Amino acid sequence: MINFNQVYKRYPNQHEALSGLSFHLERGEMAFLTGHSGAGKSTLLKLIALIERSTHGQVIINNQNLGRMPRWKVPYYRRMIGLVFQDHNLLHDRTVFDNVALPLIISGENHREIGRRVRAALDKVGLLGKERNLPIALSGGEQQRVGIARAVVNRPPILLADEPTGNLDPELSQEIMQLFEQFNQVGVTVFIASHDHDLISRMPYRRIVLQNGRLAE
Amino acid sequence: MDIVDRFKNYLLRHVQVMLASLGDLWRHPLASIMTIVVIGIALALPAGLLVMLTNVAQISGQWQDSHQISLFLNDEVGDTRGQQLAEQLLSWPDISAVEFKSSSESLEEFRELSGLGSMLDNLPKNPLPAVIIVQAADDFSETENIEDLLERLARMQDIELAQLDMQWLQRLRSLNQTAQRAVQILAALLSISVLLVIGNTIRLSILNRQAEIRVIKLVGGTNAFVRRPFLYTGFWYGFLGGVVAWLTLLTSLAVISGPINALASQYDNVFSLQWLAGELFLALPLIGVLLGVLGAWLAVGKHLNAIEPN
Repeated sequence: MINFNQVYKRYPNQHEALSGLSFHLERGEMAFLTGHSGAGKSTLLKLIALIERSTHGQVIINNQNLGRMPRWKVPYYRRMIGLVFQDHNLLHDRTVFDNVALPLIISGENHREIGRRVRAALDKVGLLGKERNLPIALSGGEQQRVGIARAVVNRPPILLADEPTGNLDPELSQEIMQLFEQFNQVGVTVFIASHDHDLISRMPYRRIVLQNGRLAE
Repeated sequence: MDIVDRFKNYLLRHVQVMLASLGDLWRHPLASIMTIVVIGIALALPAGLLVMLTNVAQISGQWQDSHQISLFLNDEVGDTRGQQLAEQLLSWPDISAVEFKSSSESLEEFRELSGLGSMLDNLPKNPLPAVIIVQAADDFSETENIEDLLERLARMQDIELAQLDMQWLQRLRSLNQTAQRAVQILAALLSISVLLVIGNTIRLSILNRQAEIRVIKLVGGTNAFVRRPFLYTGFWYGFLGGVVAWLTLLTSLAVISGPINALASQYDNVFSLQWLAGELFLALPLIGVLLGVLGAWLAVGKHLNAIEPN
């Protein structure tokens, strides 16, 4: 599902974030991405989401070679990847409902289908009663769950998360991770960047450890 | 989803975005009104001048086919001799009509039109000459023939001055053409300024919504999706600016129509103010919309690609 083959990423300032990275994630797998800060975790996720492009090497996601993807196809490609961020990236002038509905509005779903799917996603993350609230009225953990609902509302086959529990206390972090597990159980490929060692060491999933832009031995 | 459903959703989405952009303008009434009024004035100015010129052209057009020559007679020519001369001229094949006005008739007419009655009474003698107004025959429409006739008349013994009344009209027409050209240039410049005003307004609103644009792009929004609300914002600015221009123009014409009608009544109402209200009601919002959407398109095109998720 996620296939890196000798991938290099060098930024314009000559900093080499990834140096010949190769790894493979199966369809339906759940894995953690760890490593010290600056090891290249964010860069790796950006390459998968096509926020950045690799300098050398192949990134193949769901049988699509990202190096060959023209610019105009990028939005359609991104619709099959759910993204969860540390700082949630919610729109603060819109209600919880409107935030979660955004990917469906973009892909042109009809009104009834949007209502149904948004409520299903909010139900899944336990926020069904708060659809009319503005994000600012929610706690940090609740905002993160809105972000997760938005990421899964159009049922993408891949879910990427960048430090999703970075700002949360251990108990809330545990709940968020359980949510990710539930999505994985229905077949979604889940890839989570995290440095929360206590949390991920208690979970039975593969860990991809980066060190200076390479896989750690 | 079948194709009909997709198309319906697409149209519905357009209507939603259209109304939402109007709602956005409504939420910042002061800023919106200022922009709209600026656009309205910029559109009203050339349109107003165009209405003026159209009216002038219409007035001068009424005399388009008249070839009228005024013959001013020598002072010593008496009324009887004048009458005879007029009748003699009528027999010329290239003259279709004549009218003799004695010097006292001319004075009477001048007194009426000028309103200088009592002042004229104080003059020791009538300064106005007797006049024969000659209408050239219709088939003498070409300028050379008219000039020819004019020359023959001017050479006659009793005639002090033969003047083609078309001359001032021709001058008026070329003046009008010059003014029209000037208005076209002004309209082009003001259109550019409308483009810039709208472009700049849209640019600010893009900068205000950078975070939102990034999020939309991250969850798979196309450039067209990001562009759409800004294009509709430009649409509304242009449309409302056009309506404001129309209202401004009608108000100005209403103010000016009183004096103009009074002026017209002194000329036997040979002309009346043409408002062109219907034409402008179609044209001004349409031009506004074109400029608005184009200005928004230019602004979005310039900034859209610069805002990428990072």
